[in-house]
Amino acid sequence: MSELAISAKGLTRIFGDFTAVDHIDLDVKKGEIFGFLGANGAGKTTAMKMLTGLLSPSSGEAKVSGFDVYTEAEKIKKRIGYMSQKFSLYDDLTPEENIRFYGGVYGLNDRELKDKKDELISSVGLEQFRNKQVGSLPLGWKQKLAFAISIIHDPKIVFLDEPTGGVDPVTRRQFWERIYEVADSGITVFVTTHYMDEAEYCDRVSIMVDGRIDAIDSPSGLKSSFNASSIEEVFISLARSAERGDG
Amino acid sequence: MRTIKFLLQKEFLQIFRNKGMLPIIFVMPIIQLMVLSFAATYELKEVDFAVVDFDQSSTSRQLIERMQATGYFELYGEYTSAGQALDELDKGNVKLVLQIPVHFQRNLNAGESAPINLSIDAVDGSSAGLIQSYTSSIIADFNREKLADVQIMNAAIGNSAGNQKLITMKPVNWYNPDLDYITFMVPGILVVLVSMIGLFLSGMNIVREREIGTIEQLNVTPITKSQFMIGKLMPFWVIGMVDLLIGLSLARFGFHIPFLGSLFTILVIAGIYLILVQSLGLFISTITHTQQQAMFIAWFMMVVFILMGGLFTPVESMPGWAQDLTLGNPVAYFIRIMRMVLLKGAGWQEVYKMVFVLIGIAAGLLGISINRYKKTVS
Repeated sequence: MSELAISAKGLTRIFGDFTAVDHIDLDVKKGEIFGFLGANGAGKTTAMKMLTGLLSPSSGEAKVSGFDVYTEAEKIKKRIGYMSQKFSLYDDLTPEENIRFYGGVYGLNDRELKDKKDELISSVGLEQFRNKQVGSLPLGWKQKLAFAISIIHDPKIVFLDEPTGGVDPVTRRQFWERIYEVADSGITVFVTTHYMDEAEYCDRVSIMVDGRIDAIDSPSGLKSSFNASSIEEVFISLARSAERGDG
Repeated sequence: MRTIKFLLQKEFLQIFRNKGMLPIIFVMPIIQLMVLSFAATYELKEVDFAVVDFDQSSTSRQLIERMQATGYFELYGEYTSAGQALDELDKGNVKLVLQIPVHFQRNLNAGESAPINLSIDAVDGSSAGLIQSYTSSIIADFNREKLADVQIMNAAIGNSAGNQKLITMKPVNWYNPDLDYITFMVPGILVVLVSMIGLFLSGMNIVREREIGTIEQLNVTPITKSQFMIGKLMPFWVIGMVDLLIGLSLARFGFHIPFLGSLFTILVIAGIYLILVQSLGLFISTITHTQQQAMFIAWFMMVVFILMGGLFTPVESMPGWAQDLTLGNPVAYFIRIMRMVLLKGAGWQEVYKMVFVLIGIAAGLLGISINRYKKTVS
């Protein structure tokens, strides 16, 4: 088996006459934290949906965890975790019930479920919210819980779509500490973000502009090849050339 | 199987936590049966009527008293001119004006015809028809008695003229001897109840997940389409059956509806019927994106199904093309089955063809919805 968690070649998605994702090539190594950057509307979410099997590509090829996105989407689903941009746990269930439900559908047995439940509650620090409905939790906690649940089945790869959007800096920092821990345990992390300081934490980043990947390298490599002092500068110099409007 | 267990557990938790909907689900059968059975009745009670009695005789008095004595009519007032009485009809204070002409008593006793004028408020056509037929039958009864009196009088004075034989029809109503409308309505209302639970709740539930975005999270899990569908259908199937049982007990012990057929047959067919309406709900959920759209379409279909289902008006009195349409109306089938089994004691022999139609429609709809439900977005 290859050492690649994700590999895509010429992956494209067209909606009507709009090419949301335009022939992107991408290799993500196992165990790395891969930052997937791009302006709003650059096509990040669409690309991510294709890689998670939520959306079928128009053309091109992609393998996730060694499985083909066209024919083996269901096998991929067993091996990946996904945290959507929009909070999508059940607001009317408690953290425990959400954990139990998702753990259950990923096929954990009763023993594993019980262990995971206790482990997640304490690792996220949700003891005080144990019996509260998730809807009443502060956003930062919700996001931490959603992340914890997205990796409940020890996936090979976890996709995080703007996991820290709208979260305060302290929680954001804690969130990234968790991401490091998760990556250390061998899970590949594929993350989109709009925070350029977060991009610096990644092993490698790609920057999408108008549906294409215009740059892909380690943060330091990008900075030196663009002769910039920060990823933010690299991003702005690339995004400025974008023809698509914001949004 | 385990996946389905977790799905069911989650659905039931959510249903029982939904404080807005839960009480309605279980109070609904009771309220629907009470309200609809008593309100949706074709029986006349206490219809106000006005009288213009130009005869002022003992016979005309008797007729007016006879009208009131039935309990169907209540005297609103007596007027000296037809104009005044008809004014009350215009104002909507009375539904019927009865005009008794002069020499009413004299003509009647002489064995001559004595016409009575009825003016009926026919804005509501069906109740006007009822008022007319009730009044006519009261007057006909009255007429017969008077005629008999006249004959006896004639016989006493040795006059055989006018000695006519009366041919009377005496209808016998089978299965519902007293023409009790509650007996007739309750089985149909139970069908409406089950249809509402089935059609609205499961379909709406899926659209809701789509609306709040949780469906996306489900779609990246290994849950299969059929597991998902079963997880969505089963809880409301169970609730629908429980509601039906509540409704049936109320029908049996509250309304004393005869249960001539087998309860088991009813429950089996109801189970099939529920799957059918739920599949229709699922189908609606696959063609809509918001609960509002789904609700609107479901309501539209429900109203058409009910109006064309023979609940309020008999299918037999619809025009031919409409009768043909009811062949595809599941509500019409189930209402007929319910009435046949409960009121006539029909068994499998009498209803199996209709049940096969229901099974066919259910299988078709379920197949289409499972096929249309996609784990991917477009």
